[in-house]
Amino acid sequence: MKKMFSRPKSLKDIPFHYCPGCTHGIAHRLVAEVIDELDIRGTTIGVGSVGCSFSTISYFDIDMLQGSHGRGPAVATGLKRVLPDRVVFTYQGDGDLAAIGTGEFIHAATRGENITCIYINNAVYGMTGGQMAPTTLLGQKTKTTPFGRDKDVSGFPIKVCEILTPLEGAAYVARVALHNPKSIIKAKKSIKKAFEIQIKGLGFSLVELLSTCPTNWGMSPLEAVKWLEEKMIPYYPLGEYKTCGGGDL
Amino acid sequence: MKGNDAIGEGAVRAGCRYFFGYPITPQSELTHYLAKRLPEVGGLFLQAESEVASINMVYGASAAGARVMTSSSGPGISLMQEGLSYLAGAELPCVVVNMMRGGPGLGNIAPSQADYFQATKGGGHGDYRLIVLAPNSVQELFDMMLKAFDLADKYRNPVMVMADGIMGQMMEPVIIRDEYEVQIPPKPWAATGMAYHEGKNLINSCYVIPDEMEIHNLELQKKYNEIRPREQVCEDFMLEGAEVVLVAFGTASRICMKVVEKARDKGIPVGLIRPITLWPFPEKYIGEAAGGDKIFLTVEMNMGQMIEDVKLAVNGKAPVYHYGRLGGILPDARDVLTEVERLYRGGGAR
Ligand SMILES: Cc1ncc(C[n+]2csc(CCOP(=O)(O)OP(=O)(O)O)c2C)c(N)n1
Ligand code: SF4
Repeated sequence: MKKMFSRPKSLKDIPFHYCPGCTHGIAHRLVAEVIDELDIRGTTIGVGSVGCSFSTISYFDIDMLQGSHGRGPAVATGLKRVLPDRVVFTYQGDGDLAAIGTGEFIHAATRGENITCIYINNAVYGMTGGQMAPTTLLGQKTKTTPFGRDKDVSGFPIKVCEILTPLEGAAYVARVALHNPKSIIKAKKSIKKAFEIQIKGLGFSLVELLSTCPTNWGMSPLEAVKWLEEKMIPYYPLGEYKTCGGGDL
Repeated sequence: MKGNDAIGEGAVRAGCRYFFGYPITPQSELTHYLAKRLPEVGGLFLQAESEVASINMVYGASAAGARVMTSSSGPGISLMQEGLSYLAGAELPCVVVNMMRGGPGLGNIAPSQADYFQATKGGGHGDYRLIVLAPNSVQELFDMMLKAFDLADKYRNPVMVMADGIMGQMMEPVIIRDEYEVQIPPKPWAATGMAYHEGKNLINSCYVIPDEMEIHNLELQKKYNEIRPREQVCEDFMLEGAEVVLVAFGTASRICMKVVEKARDKGIPVGLIRPITLWPFPEKYIGEAAGGDKIFLTVEMNMGQMIEDVKLAVNGKAPVYHYGRLGGILPDARDVLTEVERLYRGGGAR
């Protein structure tokens, strides 16, 4: 009998702690599959962040670093500069990357730092209990925007891919979503491309993954997937925003 | 050699090949030196977007197994505190130079010693320690960089070198010992990729389960308790027969040497103990020196920070007083001498 589906080698055989319907687990799996397929498990080093995904450092069966909140791209910079022939990626949430860590990702991109950021946009702070994230949509209710995000109070949701695209050091910028199998296949392709661009030494790459947080959105997993599709994608259009020298991959 | 260049050259000779930092006076000249020097030896000088980024770059480079450093002053060192706590928690070696300046707030760029508490008592969150070194000459700045990297690697712990703008600007001869051989210990724990070592290497300071967090803390404490008795270093100056013992480090200790000489000329028996390690504090030596009818006077460029450690070391065996100037003003040797004379003649606390 042929085995069609198995755990990627780059993931440890331990259960995820994520809530039912949370797409963090899918994102982990995609990254691990890409590492396996590119056969770079021995040369890849990951930088975990602070958020629900703090345990990535335990889940991936590769060398990992725990980074402080938001500073993943700086940590990855130090690591990559010492070991330029390794593959270095960060795994960060939207609070981590797009709020407290805004300076670090923008400057890593402007330097054309040869690293990959896996950026999980779930429009909320998961770990700390559902507060507003910089990506929370207008009108979206969170613990700290109980009446819905009001632009006059909290401004507008941040669009990371759109910020990065004009930066010369950014080689690959893409936004994908994890709400259905077709999108998940596309997401994996993007992650693979980002890693390949890093391996080619072309510059900074970031893949934004629109994700769900059913727990803090107060929805069932199915409702969450629907909300992602109907509310998030129109505001955060999917696609490859920039691909430098990536056409012939 | 200029103090700033001595720090830079000392670091290079110590095998440091990576510097990440952000400009701030009065440490910028050190970075100018390294920006030129590091590429010559195949190293990297990278100007970061902030001190927060610098210290996290240091974290990444150290995790990769490199000898790495940063330097800053006042506000920049404050911004690095979270990162230093992570480095200490994850047991990553690195060297941080603090060219202390007047504070609090933006303060000024004049020499100060007001960051003593920050460096020796924590600064960042959690139960951790930095090894803190306090040179007082250009030769020592040079030698201490070599020592700092060795200590950092030996104990897998961040080391801070405390200097100030005066020391950076000072011009003094430096003997560069050729025989110094850099021995960077193997770092089997470094996260270099699983193809380069056995199993998975994890650089981490996060332990969600309190029992595990306590065990990690106890292990850190065990290490600090090893460092504490073993690495205390101090120097004394004309301590023989001294009835008034000055305690001062760095720039203040140079001023105190003059005070001791002048006082001795006047027939007042004064000596100096100069802590060279601020953590671990040379408590043993100072404690032992505290017998008899001595009086202790700490001379600091702050409102009285090291005095707390001197009091702990003296442990009630002698009165301990403080003389300090604040905000970037150097203590004047004549004023210190006046204070010494006053105390010697029986004047107590003011
Ligand atoms: C300096 C600092 N500030 C705040 C926190 C608390 N904190 C932990 S996770 C988090 C938000 C994480 O949200 P996000 O990055 O969106 O990830 P998610 O949990 O949604 O996956 C915050 C604010 C921290 N650990 N460190
Ligand atoms: S709180 Fe949200 S982001 Fe965190 S694990 Fe649960 S569903 Fe996922």
